[in-house]
Amino acid sequence: MSRIGSTFDRIKGEGRKALIPFITAGDPGKGLTVLIMHALVEAGADIIELGVPFSDPMADGPVIQRASERALANRVGLKDVLAMVAEFRKTNSETPVVLMGYANPVEHMGYEVFAKAAREAGVDGVLTVDIPPEESHGVADTFKSHGLDPIFLLSPTTPESRVAEVAKAAGGFVYYVSLKGVTGSANLDTEDVARKVAMIRSHCALPVGVGFGIRDAQTAEAIARIADAVVVGSRIVGEIENAPENEVVNRVKYLVEALRRGVDAASK
Amino acid sequence: MSLNDLPDARGHFGPYGGIFVAETLMAALEELRVEYEKARKDPAFMAEFEYELRHYVGRPSPVYHAKRLSEQYGGAQIYLKREDLNHTGAHKINNTIGQALLARRMGKKRVIAETGAGQHGVASATVAARYGMECVVYMGAEDVIRQAPNVFRMKLLGATVVPVSSGSRTLKDALNEAMRDWVTNVESTFYILGTAAGPHPYPMLVRDFQCVIGNEAIVQMQELAGRHPDCVVACVGGGSNAIGIFHPYLAHPEVRLIGVEAGGSGLDSGKHAAPLSAGTPGVLHGFRSYLMQDENGQIIETHSVSAGLDYPGVGPEHAWLKDAHKAEYVAINDDEALEAFHDLCRFEGIIPALESSHALAHARKLAPTLKKDQIILVNLSGRGDKDINTVAGVSGIQL
Repeated sequence: MSRIGSTFDRIKGEGRKALIPFITAGDPGKGLTVLIMHALVEAGADIIELGVPFSDPMADGPVIQRASERALANRVGLKDVLAMVAEFRKTNSETPVVLMGYANPVEHMGYEVFAKAAREAGVDGVLTVDIPPEESHGVADTFKSHGLDPIFLLSPTTPESRVAEVAKAAGGFVYYVSLKGVTGSANLDTEDVARKVAMIRSHCALPVGVGFGIRDAQTAEAIARIADAVVVGSRIVGEIENAPENEVVNRVKYLVEALRRGVDAASK
Repeated sequence: MSLNDLPDARGHFGPYGGIFVAETLMAALEELRVEYEKARKDPAFMAEFEYELRHYVGRPSPVYHAKRLSEQYGGAQIYLKREDLNHTGAHKINNTIGQALLARRMGKKRVIAETGAGQHGVASATVAARYGMECVVYMGAEDVIRQAPNVFRMKLLGATVVPVSSGSRTLKDALNEAMRDWVTNVESTFYILGTAAGPHPYPMLVRDFQCVIGNEAIVQMQELAGRHPDCVVACVGGGSNAIGIFHPYLAHPEVRLIGVEAGGSGLDSGKHAAPLSAGTPGVLHGFRSYLMQDENGQIIETHSVSAGLDYPGVGPEHAWLKDAHKAEYVAINDDEALEAFHDLCRFEGIIPALESSHALAHARKLAPTLKKDQIILVNLSGRGDKDINTVAGVSGIQL
């Protein structure tokens, strides 16, 4: 079983829900990413989503766009991101790491070359936002054959008839995007999310993570009552953007600890 | 499968095209695909499209034998397909009418568009006014400054122009932002994409709406010259005017099809917008094609004197035509395009768009290599009124 699968099993056995924070690799500085990753784990992250910077992040709102631009200004490419994961793995062999990004940097490296390098670096799952299952022919299989879980998105506009198809291609968990819109959008309707997650579960045996619109302990708690995992991105990236560089690690840790308490409150 | 049957059911032209978007847009693109399949088989829809092209746009646009220019260049006879004479001054309106009719058919009251030079933005604002729809146009903040008259035109037509300050603040960033708007407002909004690129079905439907150019030209060339041209030359940014004139000629393989990309300061300088000539395949804006990218797969900034060609990708059908050797692609530098611009002004009394001037510049190179009874048909995709400030600026003249 993959590190992601066994992590979800263990958390379920403990009667908890998973917390998955997202940061963009290389933001605010090349040297800070691994430190932030360790801080995320200390603050209670179960899985880390690491954003691969891209010049044209079409599905991201302004907060993550700016993080991507800062990382690119630091000349952080896909190879650097893999090196960061390898560095993180030197002292952490337990916490799964999912790379999240866009197709082109991966396609440019070559799917096979990337999958092998990612596995060697210690990556566990890959979410390429703009490769839906229809275009993943071979890609998802390549990832799987190298022990990487292909993570796919589901959205409020995904018709029920499509969920099983997406689930079939997916590994590790599925990621339900709880809002129409880009990352960092507001206004979460938890009742609607609950209905959708129930529908997804009827077609998909994998754990369901929910993200988009989670910004504090309360929304984290509300989502943790519904989903297997709570994904928080823009709120954390915004904290990184606003913190002085010497305080970034502590500020992120403090924020994620609060989110952790919110998620755990749902299991009490 | 014959070339005219492309794309396949999922939008592939060989390895190119496809649907590379986030999950949120998948249902909307499927809805569009299904609706377009119905519309193209609906005689009432096609009749209305043709009526609008005739009575609102002023089609057919003429083909004109540019005799003085031909004499000047000394060789083949140069004919011009006069898309510059369309309402709004370019070929863009053919596509925006088609898409606005689709939007109306689908019950969408709000349309959005991206624009670089502003031509597609103006064409979108025009049809939104014509059909009574709300219109929001995304435009790179740099382009808003460079193309102020077109910004004002769009506002006169009732559109909201949103400057985009992310990334390189040009066309590609405007496209990103339009996609983000669409993801957020997908149920109420129709995205009028301006070129034969983007996720399926856009490259196909934009091509189909633009094929009126080539279909007319085939008939008109018979009337004027009694035969097909030897070469058809068109500029290629995203590639909608080129695919519109090329595609009907694919059934006549004796006709050479030549796409002209923006060579900027020269391909060797790296400062250009010529992905087919000097790029490599990749995935951007929902489709696979040739792209301008760096060693990490990041999209790099493009350079061209012509804002309408200043785009790092190119429509997927062109990528396929290149690989299949069904069309040739060359690059023309800024200074060559400017010379051709002045030539057409002075020898024919026509001010061409800087985009179209790239095609004219290639005709200027090609004509002397051909015989006097051979024919080059240039797609004059737009008029150059919008470019007079740019041309004056390059010449060091203040207006």
